[in-house]
Amino acid sequence: MSIQHIFAEAQELSTPKLRDDIVQQLYDRSHKLCHEGISYTKSKRDTRTEKLDEIFTSPIFGFPIMIAMLGLLFYITIAGANIPSSLIAEFFGYLEGYITQFFTFIHAPEWLHGILVLGLYRGTTWVISVMLPPMAIFFPTFALLENYGYLPRVAFNMDRLFKRVGAHGKQSLTMAMGFGCNAAAVISTRIIESPRERMLAILTNNFVPCNGRWGTLIVLSSLFMAAGFTGGMASLVTTGVIVGIVMIGIIVTFFVSWVLSKTALKGVPTHYTLELPPYRKPKIFDTVIRSSLTKSWSVLVRAVKVAAPAAILTWVFANIYIGDTSILMYAVNFLDPFGKMLGLDGYILMAFILGLPANEIVLPILLMGYLSTGSLTEVDSLVDLKKIFLAHGWTWLTALNMMLFSLLHYPCGTTLLNIYKETKSKKWTFLAFLIPTVIAIIVPLVITQTVRFFGWV
Amino acid sequence: MGTEYRIALAGNPNTGKSTLFNALTGLRQHTGNWAGKTVSLAQGTVQFKDKTFQLIDLPGTYSLFSNSKDEEVARNYIVFEKPDVTLVVLDATSLERNLNLALQVLEMTKNVVIAINLIDVAEEQGIQINERLLTNRLGVPVIKISARNKKGFPMLLDTLDRIVTGAIECNPVRMVYSEEIEEQIKKIEPKVREIIGGQLSSRWVSLRLLDGDETLLNEINQRLSGRQVEYEYSTHIC
Repeated sequence: MSIQHIFAEAQELSTPKLRDDIVQQLYDRSHKLCHEGISYTKSKRDTRTEKLDEIFTSPIFGFPIMIAMLGLLFYITIAGANIPSSLIAEFFGYLEGYITQFFTFIHAPEWLHGILVLGLYRGTTWVISVMLPPMAIFFPTFALLENYGYLPRVAFNMDRLFKRVGAHGKQSLTMAMGFGCNAAAVISTRIIESPRERMLAILTNNFVPCNGRWGTLIVLSSLFMAAGFTGGMASLVTTGVIVGIVMIGIIVTFFVSWVLSKTALKGVPTHYTLELPPYRKPKIFDTVIRSSLTKSWSVLVRAVKVAAPAAILTWVFANIYIGDTSILMYAVNFLDPFGKMLGLDGYILMAFILGLPANEIVLPILLMGYLSTGSLTEVDSLVDLKKIFLAHGWTWLTALNMMLFSLLHYPCGTTLLNIYKETKSKKWTFLAFLIPTVIAIIVPLVITQTVRFFGWV
Repeated sequence: MGTEYRIALAGNPNTGKSTLFNALTGLRQHTGNWAGKTVSLAQGTVQFKDKTFQLIDLPGTYSLFSNSKDEEVARNYIVFEKPDVTLVVLDATSLERNLNLALQVLEMTKNVVIAINLIDVAEEQGIQINERLLTNRLGVPVIKISARNKKGFPMLLDTLDRIVTGAIECNPVRMVYSEEIEEQIKKIEPKVREIIGGQLSSRWVSLRLLDGDETLLNEINQRLSGRQVEYEYSTHIC
């Protein structure tokens, strides 16, 4: 009899929960040993952490608290970002007037003003005014939660779910990173030891909406979902919708992980030890400063770097005519039938395609297409914005579909590049592109056809 | 110089294992290259009485279930390279979590010394550890040290010395599992013993096989089939 045979026999004898039992019994033993061998002279033992953990990781309260925290985080971000966003937009608009005057003063040719001001300037300032305020609120608040020690508890709560779908509990930490930036989150999957589970985390990270997609999600949900509400209630409904969208993303993450771990990435989840550090009062000032400066700034710089050339390119496409139709319109007309099937339209698909370098520029490109003025449009108020959408036949269904498409579609260029760097595999990088794209097509398709079938729109 | 003995250092990350290693070996270190694997382990020597202890700093891990490359490396070294003593370094301030690793090492090998590090920090926090009781319960020497302040080193080295000379014998306590698991072990163990003989703990191998540890299976297969992997330590001074 060889060792191989014994192994096979052992596998028949054992049960899947054997490892759990072994680990549990080792821990019980350690606990007993410590109970006997350790005494505490000062009652300074950290009972606070234990008590908090009982609440935060409780089977009953754990999940509601997590969702509430997530909601609170988004609410603070959404409600807080509104006013600064419009102030910044106004400021840039005011500045634009002077820049245009300057161009007229030096008798600059029309096309130069078009490319630099209407393309480059409007594109980048839009990205800044839409993105900077939410980032400046979201990152520090998130960092405070992280430094307080709450994030490892999230991983702990989520572990059971991840395990059930064959993934690694630490994936929830890399997903948390994804809220900031998927490209950075792909790199952060290095904390997952097993290559199989790391691949799952990489392939599904995109289903967490990153900072670049916040703008789109927030604007659309406040325009169409919270339309009947005003003031604080509107922010609340917007938050509710955003939390819902995030939940859908998480459900899709679980579903895709589950399918993959049953097919292309077969295997059982590995065990790991997750350290639950004691809760510490974060150094609030340090945290806020560091995360605003480093994170917000670097993401912003990246966004501007990508947005600038894309804005120029879009302007060029919209202003070069073949016959009496611009290149952009040719593409839009080509994509329109397919877009309509998904409850979207050609403009929206075009915006997502041109937005491959960065999700931040999808909405600006879309507006530019709608107005066909050949430049990224400056929209002074959200009311104007809604009028534009309504004029192009938008309903709540269009908004919902666009939000879902934004949530589920392929990762941005930077993220794909990082996936390639991390996996060193063209095949997996391609899958990382393909899987979300297929899902992003199927989900709106099914929703649209169902809604139309029942005649709800 | 006298006789040379190999002492492997195991422990959780952030327990001061490397601090201990550095404090003991000082500048007498070099990187040992594990032939055939792209893993290099730091090695260093320390003289004690007439003996030379060669210390090997294994990767810091939370468990030895070979979940990750690091765990596999540490596990293989302890089991297959058979150091004369395995020194498990634990963090006194979170002993409960750390002991779990010590218990796993005790299942794998006989000569184990447990060093409870950061004892000064623990005492500051009012944590009193009864090392005698732990020694009794675990069947191997348990010694309190502070690597940072070089406290407890004479005792530690003396214990290592007495183990390699056979003055102390380690009797690691057997970790007893639930009846269900014990029943399964009982069925497998005699067959395992027949094949691997006394080279490895047959009880431990049985447990790992029940757990479906294929990396261990492959490792054993390779070693049994005579395709002996070169596990010599080609050392170079760095």
